[in-house]
Amino acid sequence: MSKQAIMAWEDLALGTAILSPGNAKELRTGDWRSLKPKLDEEKCIKCSLCAMYCPEFCISVDAEGFYRPDFYYCKGCGVCANECPKDAITMGKEGE
Amino acid sequence: MGKRVGLEVSLAVAEAVKLANVDVVSAYPITPQTHIVEELSVYVASGELDAEFIPVESEHSAMSAALGAAAAGARVYTATASQGLALMHEILFIVSGMRMPMVMTVANRALSAPISIWNDHGDIMAERDIGWIQIFAENGQEALDLTLCAFKIAEDKRVLLPMIVNIDGFTLSHVIEPVIIPDHAEVDAFLPPYQPVLKLDTQNPVTFGPVGVPEVYTEARKQLEQAVIGAKPVVDEVLAGFGAAFDRQYKLVEQNGKIGAKTLFVTMGSLGETCMTAVDELMAEGQDAGQTRIRLWRPFPEEEFLAACAGAEKLVVIDRALSPGAVCGPVASELKSLFYGRPGAPEIINVIAGLGGRDVTVREFKEMFALAGSGKLSGNYMMWGVESHAS
Repeated sequence: MSKQAIMAWEDLALGTAILSPGNAKELRTGDWRSLKPKLDEEKCIKCSLCAMYCPEFCISVDAEGFYRPDFYYCKGCGVCANECPKDAITMGKEGE
Repeated sequence: MGKRVGLEVSLAVAEAVKLANVDVVSAYPITPQTHIVEELSVYVASGELDAEFIPVESEHSAMSAALGAAAAGARVYTATASQGLALMHEILFIVSGMRMPMVMTVANRALSAPISIWNDHGDIMAERDIGWIQIFAENGQEALDLTLCAFKIAEDKRVLLPMIVNIDGFTLSHVIEPVIIPDHAEVDAFLPPYQPVLKLDTQNPVTFGPVGVPEVYTEARKQLEQAVIGAKPVVDEVLAGFGAAFDRQYKLVEQNGKIGAKTLFVTMGSLGETCMTAVDELMAEGQDAGQTRIRLWRPFPEEEFLAACAGAEKLVVIDRALSPGAVCGPVASELKSLFYGRPGAPEIINVIAGLGGRDVTVREFKEMFALAGSGKLSGNYMMWGVESHAS
């Protein structure tokens, strides 16, 4: 078995179809991240534009009304920081 | 037991598609295939065939709509030729990779430039690697019969692949031949309704055609390769079943002329019939001549071909397509690979002939035989009948 393969060809569904719809949610895209968004709560006006622009749809509102990314999925692409009308989001290096 | 009629071969193919009770015909007209889908559109318009006819704006769309219909679980048919087949190219891989059964007639035609509406195999030889089952008919009856068989083969649970029936453009498509049209009840008994294994269904959602990351793509291609190779015994079985039901026998590879002859012609498609006449005449003249006709092209019937050529010392392989810059023509290339390293392998002489509708006559086959016998057909291949100041 090749160390690069995730399964034997015999176990693939017909035509490589996916038989369990919605399983894309298991894909941890967060481990692609090299930059991490950081929210300045003083500047944030809770407009939700970051959540609307997020290509992973992984930003949701918390109990205080702030929009927070789910870092299991956040790729650190920086679209949210770029679109924020108040420059409330800055991209810092992952792990700092 | 069917009725024998004089019918243009294109219309005979349309009859077969009607008898197969297809659900969807998605097609764009292109010479020399047009009469097939034109006739089918008449059947649908008149209510004679209860199917959706999708008149698309290009062959790319024809194959895309056919793919969608197959994914929805329909029995699907389309037909094309030449530039149309080339325009379908990228979708053809998707249909086989997604394991969608469907049947397509390719009325083989040369590719431009220069523009040629006439027959050769340049169109299908550019699509050798698409992962479809590919078979060649030699005459009108075979075109009808193989079309019926193709649905049964493609939809077999052990296969689940798309299939192309090649018929030579004009030489077959536009010629009126005596053809036996089977009764509908006979066809219904032979070809039961299609039962898809997977289909688009909101109650049981599946995802077709996802991304295949490097960790899975090789395994996905292995699955396709195994399906194509594994189709061979099913093709054989379905053809045998057809023979039992309709009393017309077809094999993966056919032999003609003297069995065990030292020199064999190898043909594919309608030129085989012209060659048969030449071989008959050569035998009548006392020559040691035979012929092997390849019917199934993908998967290539290796064992059957080797058995049909047992004892031969020379194969005169006719290629109806030119692969510029290649070592030889596509059929000869296949056969050289097959014979490489085998003890007692025959000499393979490759003649590229019949390009863009150029006739290859009985007399010319006999000339080839004489030249092959005298050792004058050498080199990797010879383009037959090229007019040149050098000759």
